[in-house]
Amino acid sequence: MGRKITIEPVTRVEGHGKVTIHLDDDGNVAQTRLHIVEFRGFERFVQGRPYWEMPVLVQRLCGICPVSHHLAAAKALDVIVGAGTGDGLTPTAEKMRRLMHYGQMFQSHSLHFFHLASPDLLFGIDADPAIRNVIGVALKNKELAVQGVMMRKFGQEIIQITAGKKIHGTGAIPGGINKHLTVEERDRFLKGPDPLNADKMIEWSLSALEFFKDYYKKNKDFIDNFSVFPSNFLSLVRKDGAMDLYHGVLRAVDPKGKKILDDVDYQDYLKYIDEEVRSWSYMKFPYLKAYGKKDGWYTVGPLARVNTADFIPTPLAQKEFEIFKKANKGKPSCISMHMHWARLIEILHSAEMIKQLLSDPDIVEGELVVKGSKHSEGIGLIEAPRGTLFHHYEINGKDQIIMANLIVSTTNNNQPMNEAVSYIAGNYMNKKREITEPMLNAVEVGIRAYDPCLSCATHAFGQMPLEISLYDSSDNLIDIKRK
Amino acid sequence: MHTGGRILIYAYGNPGRQDDGLGNRLIEELEKWVESNSIEGIELESNWQLNIEDSLKISDKEIVIFVDASNEDIEDIHFSPVEPSEGKSDFTTHSASPSFILALCIQLYGKHPETYLLQIRGYSWEFQEGLSEKAEKNLQKALDFLKKKVR
Repeated sequence: MGRKITIEPVTRVEGHGKVTIHLDDDGNVAQTRLHIVEFRGFERFVQGRPYWEMPVLVQRLCGICPVSHHLAAAKALDVIVGAGTGDGLTPTAEKMRRLMHYGQMFQSHSLHFFHLASPDLLFGIDADPAIRNVIGVALKNKELAVQGVMMRKFGQEIIQITAGKKIHGTGAIPGGINKHLTVEERDRFLKGPDPLNADKMIEWSLSALEFFKDYYKKNKDFIDNFSVFPSNFLSLVRKDGAMDLYHGVLRAVDPKGKKILDDVDYQDYLKYIDEEVRSWSYMKFPYLKAYGKKDGWYTVGPLARVNTADFIPTPLAQKEFEIFKKANKGKPSCISMHMHWARLIEILHSAEMIKQLLSDPDIVEGELVVKGSKHSEGIGLIEAPRGTLFHHYEINGKDQIIMANLIVSTTNNNQPMNEAVSYIAGNYMNKKREITEPMLNAVEVGIRAYDPCLSCATHAFGQMPLEISLYDSSDNLIDIKRK
Repeated sequence: MHTGGRILIYAYGNPGRQDDGLGNRLIEELEKWVESNSIEGIELESNWQLNIEDSLKISDKEIVIFVDASNEDIEDIHFSPVEPSEGKSDFTTHSASPSFILALCIQLYGKHPETYLLQIRGYSWEFQEGLSEKAEKNLQKALDFLKKKVR
């Protein structure tokens, strides 16, 4: 009988996860599993509610990415109210929604990089946790920390002016949007005094990319070998193959870059994607039906989007995209830590898109809503910060929701996160009889690259301690560590 | 506590999860009270959760009172000073504690307000709007407490 190591983060909310590492009798890692508790009660909860409530109601799911749920629900309801599938909205409605979305992407990615990733890069993953945090960053590189705060603030304020309010925003409605910007609101972000304007955000996004690339030059071996495994990648892309975080068609590529799904209307997603239930996990495992459960799993999120897109339709991000592609010899990157690089390219793209949208006259005037003939079913997809997010609803003749199916980004990344943890465990934990800080740090850093959202539905209570339990071959607990 | 300075009362929680919205409701009630009594010098704020940009927000205040729902074993309400924390990086989370925000404020801006946390005991956390009956009573106690504090 082998030994078992358990890493269990604890939160007050439903969302939580743990890692179990099974060692064989020789002390080698035999099997590693990441268990995440996914809360799916929401799909039952919304049944019977009027469909038009969904864009506001779904924000109860998550205090971290409510905007993504808000917009994915609104896109699904666009179909139900006969406003088309993303291209039928008025120019003002589509651009206001895009502005909201790129504001969300900008703030969420910035927060992840400065708050979660940069401490690992600045201090190394084995550094004392007491300094390996954003306060440590503030001590060592105050300018970087201040930029992180201001970038997050900028994105949050973009969301507030487009969604209407901080909590339970109401901006996106079935068939459109409920407001456009005033000229004063637009100018505040477009031409406002430093640092809270679009140009400064683009400048700082470039600085963050340079910071990463400099780190990468000095630590290439670590980045390229920390966690690497073949994966398919899935995302929305624009019809012409451009990166598009708000709307597009589904595309998937294999590890060699071959398109294994392309130009798929996401209204047909059920023809192509299924979810596997495994007895040991509460969270499902999505996969491409044509390739089966074993080979059809895929990665979503920033790395997937950079791997699937042919180009990025903003000039500065396109230059960075080309550097990324050249570094990976034109093939998809299967390196988990490149998720950080891809995320930074998307921060820059989002900043450029925000400037472009704020400069568009449609953002301050124009029709807000379109209506058409009602349908009984609608599907909305969006590229949320962590990856592709699916919302699917059916209604009855009384306009009540009778079916809801949500596949969130973290669920889509279930298998790749398991693969990453397994890879890292194999490298760090073979022949080890004691749980060490570097082991724990490595697993933590590997999962963190995927930015999983474990604190759905409410804010987390305090810290998320990690606990590792080590069992001997008879399943006796011989070591336990908590951080 | 005085009212002449710059006071921020900042609640966080998810009002779509029953008693988790205790702080948000408290701010709504305080807004009415501040307006009807023409009270000056108090800024009221409500959000899903605290985050790093809040270090900037609190940096120019004299007194900050964070307000949060609590499932801990406390009396109906609990008021305590906040000390800066070392702020460990989490496994994965995009939220922060009052002590973390205070520590970041000190590091980034070299100053900090007197900082307190008012916890209000909650009991129910389902996907519903509206507070439980017991939480409503605690909300009233918290309101009475704060009104006396900042008057």
